[in-house]
Amino acid sequence: MTAVDDPRQLAYIAGQASDARVNLEIETEGMTLNIGPQHPATHGTLRIVVKLDGERVMRAEPIMGYMHRGYEKLVEVRTYPQVTSLINRIDWLGSFANEVPFILAAEQIMGVEAPPRAQWIRTLLFELSRIANVVLFLGDMGVQLGAVTPVFFAFRDREFVLNQIEAVTGGRFHPNFDRIGGLKDDIPKGWTEETKGVLGRIRKFCDEMEDLVTGNEIFQARTRGIGVIPADVGLSYGLSGANIRASGVDWDLRRDGGIGLVHDQLDWKVWTHPDGDSFARYWVRLQEVREACNMVEQLLDGIPPGPVMAKVPRIIKVPPGEAYVETENPLGVMGYYVVSKGDLVPYRVKIRSASFNNISITPWLLEGTYVPDVVSILASLYFILGDIDR
Amino acid sequence: MSDLLTLAVELAWWQQTGIRAVLGLVAVLLPAGTLVYLFLFKMMSFMQSRLGPMEAGPHGSLQLLAEVGKFLQKEDIIPEKADRIVFKAAPFVVLISTFLLVLVIPAGPDAWFIDVDTGIFLALAVSSISVIGILMAGWASSSKYSLLGALRAAGQLVAYELPLLLAVVGVVIQAGTLNVQGIVMAQATGEIFGWGGIGNPFILTQFLGFAIFLIAVQAELTQPPFDMPVAESELVTGYLTEYSGLRFLLFFIGEFATAGIFAALAATLFLGGWYVPGIDPTSDLFNVIGPAVLLGKVILVSFLIFWFRFTYPRFREDQLQQLAWKVLIPLSLANIVVTGVLKVVF
Amino acid sequence: MDSATEAPPVDERRDAVVAALAEALGDGLVESHVEAGVEVCVRVSADAWVDAGRALRDRCAMSYFGFLSAIDWMPSPYGRDMDAQVDLEPSVDAEPAAMEWGLAGGATRFQLLARVHDPIGHLGVTLKADLVGERPEVDSWIGVYPGANWHEREAWEMFGITFRGHPNQVHLYLPSHFEGNPLRKDYPLLARRVKPWPGIVDVELMPGGDGDDGGDEGEGP
Repeated sequence: MTAVDDPRQLAYIAGQASDARVNLEIETEGMTLNIGPQHPATHGTLRIVVKLDGERVMRAEPIMGYMHRGYEKLVEVRTYPQVTSLINRIDWLGSFANEVPFILAAEQIMGVEAPPRAQWIRTLLFELSRIANVVLFLGDMGVQLGAVTPVFFAFRDREFVLNQIEAVTGGRFHPNFDRIGGLKDDIPKGWTEETKGVLGRIRKFCDEMEDLVTGNEIFQARTRGIGVIPADVGLSYGLSGANIRASGVDWDLRRDGGIGLVHDQLDWKVWTHPDGDSFARYWVRLQEVREACNMVEQLLDGIPPGPVMAKVPRIIKVPPGEAYVETENPLGVMGYYVVSKGDLVPYRVKIRSASFNNISITPWLLEGTYVPDVVSILASLYFILGDIDR
Repeated sequence: MSDLLTLAVELAWWQQTGIRAVLGLVAVLLPAGTLVYLFLFKMMSFMQSRLGPMEAGPHGSLQLLAEVGKFLQKEDIIPEKADRIVFKAAPFVVLISTFLLVLVIPAGPDAWFIDVDTGIFLALAVSSISVIGILMAGWASSSKYSLLGALRAAGQLVAYELPLLLAVVGVVIQAGTLNVQGIVMAQATGEIFGWGGIGNPFILTQFLGFAIFLIAVQAELTQPPFDMPVAESELVTGYLTEYSGLRFLLFFIGEFATAGIFAALAATLFLGGWYVPGIDPTSDLFNVIGPAVLLGKVILVSFLIFWFRFTYPRFREDQLQQLAWKVLIPLSLANIVVTGVLKVVF
Repeated sequence: MDSATEAPPVDERRDAVVAALAEALGDGLVESHVEAGVEVCVRVSADAWVDAGRALRDRCAMSYFGFLSAIDWMPSPYGRDMDAQVDLEPSVDAEPAAMEWGLAGGATRFQLLARVHDPIGHLGVTLKADLVGERPEVDSWIGVYPGANWHEREAWEMFGITFRGHPNQVHLYLPSHFEGNPLRKDYPLLARRVKPWPGIVDVELMPGGDGDDGGDEGEGP
């Protein structure tokens, strides 16, 4: 390297060097922000560590386990009828729906089939818990975006659904009502008429949401084009339920899978949306509540007579075998892989919960978004902490 | 209001000042309390199909006192790493701007705190002091949420100061004065196409200005749909996150008092202030009913402000800036041009 | 469970999946079990694990990732039966009980378990693979199904199965200093050992006497 002796040249180089130093000094560093574990946007105790550049998310890493209860271990020491009271608490907003796939799996291994009346009432309660669950989502989405009013409407109308569930099962949150071979009880007298009244309320609520939230320009500006999930990416992450239907995948286990439930005897429609953004997820869920109302109405009219319990032994021993049954739960596909060795207790139960997979896409999805979008995306993915942590 | 008092009894300067201070406190706290009870407690509850507070006093009307008592009892927690002096001072800085604002608003032909020629200019200038308080709060809290909230607030308040100002310029052009009392008088004595039955409230001619002013006020107050600085679902409560007890109460009062005072400003600039049609604007009667009239108009305007607050979701920060720079500011500039041209033509 | 007692009904679509896997993996496919109209379960060798996933995704349109987990087939040394109110203390020198495997058989203690699905054709496949050793290792599925990331972390912390090529093999649920693999059958359930659980047997009769009418499944109070 030749020496520079021209003073002007030297001054220029020195200036460059000092500029470079200045640039080095003002180079910024990302800020790490802990969203959670106690944060209004994570409804529960999910923690998301985001690395921010200004308000832009450079990296997001969800950390869970704050509510891990070890159900997969605990069910190994509980008899089959006792398991339902535990798994009720996985998705606590639509708890009856949690019991169904497990009971169906056990029934499949045992070769038992519930009588038609039990199947209809099961489907009925299944859809009612969907309404109870998703109605809250519709209100909550507003809260996450700063509109406080919708959630009160949601709680108000959800209460009536819970009342109906309570009237049948005796439990508002944790019915523990599904049994191997049928149901614990029949529906009470006069319940059908009351439930139809409740459906009217829910339909009105959906219309209100359409007026109040869906058509709102700010809501649309906050959700349209935000958090777009292409169908193939969503599938490879195992997204299910409304999250994947909002990406245009026409797949609903109520129509396409389904043993043990009577959705195939009803007249209803699977809603999809081509966009795959937060708005699409919200919109699909709104339509699904309406569709669930239609289904419940048909179910109420069509409950066949007969017993609600098949002949099963008093003490249930499930013969050796394995079964995987998944159903289309309010949050998405929920499945139980049940391994039995002929004991009173299951040998191994793998709980495949919907939110776990739904939320596992967040590191991919949140990168490059803004902090406010994190909230809208998380809200639209709609997770329940118990469903992630189990 | 000093003029009124000096007419009745001769008071020493310090006595006048004392009375002014007390009246100023009343002028800030009374609308604030009314707004909190009427809108935050009751209207919001009815909109959300619930009753709101019902226990303290008839229909929960004393709930506010209970709330104040609760906040006073709470421990004043200061984060360990906080910048203590700045942290403690911040709520007062926010309140200062609120108290300075109330000075320029007249409540009657002779009932005013100060009567300066550049009244509206002063008002808009001191309204930005609160930004400093918010920045102080956010910085001193040593919390990331607070810092983000404060920075958002700063960006937002600076951006919306401009449409707020420009919206007022139309009024000033039309009234031909910066003096707030003069603006009220211009509305009271004005005529609509030669008919002076209701005066000429500027909301009729400056409706665009009124709309922009209200939107900008909404942003200045950091209320939904512009409440990103306190966005509770993102930033917990932004710059308020670390505050508790009395200091939180001060912020709270500041928020609602400022809402009341901006509503009063809007009422004065666009709705004729203390004036009601049918009575001679120079009549002494207005010194008595003027405050009540103004309060009525304040409630009317705040109804709009709070209605938006309870109904709308929240913008995103960049969308908010776009709204300010791409929509509101061009619109208000156009408004000024049109107003100026019409002023010259007529 | 062996369902093929009489003339087994034919399930062409599930058989086709097995055939496609057999073609793609060759020797990698160890055993398969088709229950017509209900279930297809395929056991592959651990080496063919990733290839099996890729083959299912590319050849059988199984684009939807259901779950990935594992099963510990070693019977628990702690008595976990109906009558056991307290965990038994496993004796050190006792011979471990013989292992029995489920669908599609097995050969080792740990078996990987995964489920993928074809959302268009509506067909799901359960995939199993035998893992050798007490601290088994297997290739990660992340390259095939990115959703496997967290499932593999869970399997790692719960069963002690290491996934080669996993970018972030750290605890998912448990605290980072946690030792042990809770879902292994030889991991004691501490809650049980601290206090006997009263709910395992009926301590009082159901109302209406002890009539065994078959419809009453005799749940604890």
